[in-house]
Amino acid sequence: MLNFIDTVGEAVAGIQDGSTVMIGGFGNAGQPFELIDALMDCGAKDLTVVNNNAGQGDQGLALLIKEGRVRKMICSFPRQSDSWHFDAKFHAGEIELELVPQGNLAERIRAAGAGIGGFFTPTGYGTTLAEGKETRFLDGKWQVFETPIHADVALIKALKADGKGNLVYRKTARNFGPIMAAAAKHTIVQVSEIVPTGSLDPENVVTPGIYVNSVVRVDSAGAKEKVA
Amino acid sequence: MSTQTSIQTSEKPLGRDELAQLVARDIAPGSFVNLGIGQPTLVSNYLTEEQNITLHTENGMLGMGPAAEGEEIDGDLINAGKIPVTELPGASYFHHADSFAIMRGGHLDICVLGAFQVSATGDLANWHTGAPDAIPAVGGAMDLATGAKDVFVMMTLLTREGVSKLVEKCSYPLTGVGCVTRVYTDKAVFLTGPDGVTVRETFGCTFEEIQELVPLPLKKAE
Repeated sequence: MLNFIDTVGEAVAGIQDGSTVMIGGFGNAGQPFELIDALMDCGAKDLTVVNNNAGQGDQGLALLIKEGRVRKMICSFPRQSDSWHFDAKFHAGEIELELVPQGNLAERIRAAGAGIGGFFTPTGYGTTLAEGKETRFLDGKWQVFETPIHADVALIKALKADGKGNLVYRKTARNFGPIMAAAAKHTIVQVSEIVPTGSLDPENVVTPGIYVNSVVRVDSAGAKEKVA
Repeated sequence: MSTQTSIQTSEKPLGRDELAQLVARDIAPGSFVNLGIGQPTLVSNYLTEEQNITLHTENGMLGMGPAAEGEEIDGDLINAGKIPVTELPGASYFHHADSFAIMRGGHLDICVLGAFQVSATGDLANWHTGAPDAIPAVGGAMDLATGAKDVFVMMTLLTREGVSKLVEKCSYPLTGVGCVTRVYTDKAVFLTGPDGVTVRETFGCTFEEIQELVPLPLKKAE
């Protein structure tokens, strides 16, 4: 069921304590800042968050972490020069970290959306990140068994949605959006523009509307200033 | 008088830019290449139009152009180091799972990475020092190391303390096993593989001097 929603607050209102929430974006590109702020305001806690990073500066995901609303981070790159809120929680033992190589993170998310129960990948073989995992020698190389990452909710950002929820993205802001949209039970998208059904070329639709549950238009003026 | 040909090709050790220039020269025309964050990024400054190299950035783009300046800067167009970049004609965008399938699927010809250590058999350690209080962060390092057909490492041969980073066995946590094919350093270029380590050329020192610095048996390129 697809809903067009007026405000980001209403869009995230149903997110429960203890949910697993995927948040799109790589650096600031594709990060749904307004939806994250709304998640902050809605008060949901004890969250498991899936994102490539673990928050930057004093905004968005970093603030959720600072306020102790995130129980566990699943990410590939939590350490950045301005990831001080995650650093503090991690050193205080107040947040759990599941560190996943970036490509394994992407493929585990994709697998969830595609109904795959797990897969073998050479990435990480022989490293500490593969410890305790099943390995097999396949196609001439050692490979490690990885499992899908499912989510209750995905918060993503796209450029445009049409009336069917079909999405197009902009440049490298696409990043995790399409795979997170498919992997979550409920996908909430913030877009810069809602266009009439039929105005997106079907050949160019990146995320088909079947993966989308809620669309909210956010005026993204100023997005250009949010350079990583 | 020595009967062997010298493999010393420079009077002095190479600086960072000279090394980047050398790596750029060694990349075969038409290659698809991923340049890691830091020193490897310098390589892009020396790729020529005639080489027709396509750069991949793992956050989801082929056909990446130079760093963006002034009006070109666009928050939606960044590289894996989160630096604003530009797109070249013929560029393409794709999502993260496709981007890493490009690596894992063996479609990428070369990736160039930095390293803490490389072992005699081409094991790579470049993501974690193993310090107990350090927050681990891996990003795409393991995917790149495992997926690209050729993995070139760029690093100084010695640590600040004067210890060789080319080692018998890595003491830092591994990024990938047996994945490195070449090591470009300020003092020499090494070819690594199952048959051991071969010194291709040296800069500002002789093969014998390199052998004294590196604690594993080296072969001299023919």
